[in-house]
Amino acid sequence: MNDIIIYTIITVGAIGLVAAVILFFVAKKFYVEEDPRIDQIEDALPSANCGGCGYPGCRNFAEACVKADSLDDLFCPVGGNDVMKDVAKIIGIEAVEKQAQIAVIRCSGSFEYRPKTNNYDGAANCTIAANLYSGDTGCQYGCLGLGECVDACTFDAMYMDEKTGLPVVIQDKCTGCGDCVRACPKDIIELRNKGKKDRRIFVSCINEDKGGVAKKYCSVACIGCSKCFKECNYDAITIKNFLAYIDYNKCVLCRKCVAVCPTDAIHEINFPPRKKKPVNTKPTTKVEVKENTDLINIAKKNQNNNKS
Amino acid sequence: MLKTFSKGGVHPPENKLSAIQTIEQLALPKTVSIPISQHIGAPATPVVKKNDLVKAGQLIAKSSGFVSANIHSSVSGKVIKIDSVVDSSGYKKQSIIIEVEGDEWFEDIDRTPELKKEINLSSEEIIKKVGESGIVGLGGATFPTQVKLSVPRGMKAEILIINGVECEPYLTSDHRLMLEKADELLVGTQILMKALKVTQAVIGIENNKPDAIEHLTNLTKQYQGISVQALKVKYPQGGEKQLIKAITGREVPSGGLPIAVGAVVHNVGTAFAVYEAVQKNKPLFERVVTVTGKSVKKPSNFMVRIGTPVTELIEAAGGLPADTGKVISGGPMMGHALSTLDTPVTKGTSGILILPEGESRRGKIQDCIRCAKCVSVCPMGLEPYLLMTVTELQNYERTENERVMDCIECGSCSYICPSNRPLLDYIRLGKTEVGKRIRTRKA
Repeated sequence: MNDIIIYTIITVGAIGLVAAVILFFVAKKFYVEEDPRIDQIEDALPSANCGGCGYPGCRNFAEACVKADSLDDLFCPVGGNDVMKDVAKIIGIEAVEKQAQIAVIRCSGSFEYRPKTNNYDGAANCTIAANLYSGDTGCQYGCLGLGECVDACTFDAMYMDEKTGLPVVIQDKCTGCGDCVRACPKDIIELRNKGKKDRRIFVSCINEDKGGVAKKYCSVACIGCSKCFKECNYDAITIKNFLAYIDYNKCVLCRKCVAVCPTDAIHEINFPPRKKKPVNTKPTTKVEVKENTDLINIAKKNQNNNKS
Repeated sequence: MLKTFSKGGVHPPENKLSAIQTIEQLALPKTVSIPISQHIGAPATPVVKKNDLVKAGQLIAKSSGFVSANIHSSVSGKVIKIDSVVDSSGYKKQSIIIEVEGDEWFEDIDRTPELKKEINLSSEEIIKKVGESGIVGLGGATFPTQVKLSVPRGMKAEILIINGVECEPYLTSDHRLMLEKADELLVGTQILMKALKVTQAVIGIENNKPDAIEHLTNLTKQYQGISVQALKVKYPQGGEKQLIKAITGREVPSGGLPIAVGAVVHNVGTAFAVYEAVQKNKPLFERVVTVTGKSVKKPSNFMVRIGTPVTELIEAAGGLPADTGKVISGGPMMGHALSTLDTPVTKGTSGILILPEGESRRGKIQDCIRCAKCVSVCPMGLEPYLLMTVTELQNYERTENERVMDCIECGSCSYICPSNRPLLDYIRLGKTEVGKRIRTRKA
């Protein structure tokens, strides 16, 4: 009995020893010369593997950094400028300062402001719904509310607000990696520069319909009235297809456009409350959906007709 | 033993409620909105302006490419605007909106009901005429007919198959057309045969329409080269590839067109439209639409002008029932639920199906139990459960390798699934994503 154990130990040990010797020489012979800076950069990166830089993972990004001549096109949005400075130090070239970005949801069509005109009961996936039709409200541009962006977020920085049916970005957690931007089939989410004290102003709507049509189905839609365009002294606002867009590189965060917007489509975030009450308060009236667009209403009408 | 296709298939309850209703001419609506994109391919370019006066049958939007189709006014009246209107795809599309005044038809159209049998045009002239008349596949796919008639160089059509299968439950528009317009349909078939230079044509009809089979079999004796083939009832027999397999036994290769096996398939509605275009000079501006559903007071078949709002059709069939859950454009298997009833009837609208609340609702999605029912019913021999899983995981390379592009979107897998899994929804997503990849690879 003891013999068996001893023989086994000797045999396995001998095989292990021989294998170790072979492996040692093989490893020497076929050693792959690799830039040690790749490992260093990888250690400096956040290791989230989110893909926000455009590469599949942090190691691929590190490899690209080592190969690159300048860091113009390479930026880790999660680590931000601090990490990029470390990376630049490792490879010995200058880092390019970039402003930190954050995702903003350019749709405010909550249940209250944008009533449903039909019910969707297909697979709970925004891309599938967007392939099928324009959505369960009269606005064909707005948020479908099925939460694909929330599923795509690597950092738990988003959640669906059950009261409004819209996604919400938790600004402390958002790294600006852009996963949600890529996930949204309606191109509603945009990455915007964070201003001073994380402040930002943006048009929270992407509806390109004419003003009347847009407002018919959503009371907080941008109607393309150009009031903000006229108010802006810095040429930051452009109007295209009945939709205003604020260029974050030109915007100086003066808040004048926010005050004049008749539908409150322009949002200001992280600003102190205004001293004077703004001219326009949030619209409280619900949008009346035309009766014949509503299946349920027609059904009710017919029911009444049948009774009478 | 009746012929049918070999792989997969399901047999949903037929519910052909409107089969005995003769085709009625629907009263003209007050306004029509005619989308400029009612076909597969490039949208047509409008050639009318606001305030123009048009007649029924007048060209209002011109084909803008090889795969595109002309669009004609379906009524006489004044163009009030060109605006975007939600069509049956659920998206807003550019449409020409015409206010109806009277019912004046374009001068060239022969409105007499006499049957005209002699075909005076040559093959090329027929194809040109079909193109000018804006005819598209009326089975629902709306592929421009003249493209299908132009056989690619190096290939030869051997057999023309006329699709009178109507395998979708509820729908009866093709069935009624075969009963009421049989002669016109057969002349149309002969025109198509002449255009394709084939000597043989087979009309495939499922066995649940014995009256149509009998009627057409009797009539085909007068028409050389045309025969009728009765088929076993099985969905999706109306699919091009399935019908070719059922009738000729030939299998269209993966990714190939029916012409690869020498077959060309046209719907009975298309054959009738071709007859009207070639013999009567009448472009495609009306079609037969079934309005049906279990709670509908008067399930009917209407001859409807293109652009008529769906509300008008429902009103004519007795109004929207109180228990309506979904209104579907097309049949229950492949149709598209409408998001608004102002949607206009287009060239591809074969039916309006009104499903009651209880029947229309989707079941609760449960986990896959690996029963493989979806695999056994797939007429293309695919593995739907696998396609759904790999699409969900966004492994589109695998999705492509599992031949997702062969899917004909018949929905048999979603129909049979005991766990109510949204198989087709995900497969469609996979098809869109893989399609994008293929296009970028080619570019």
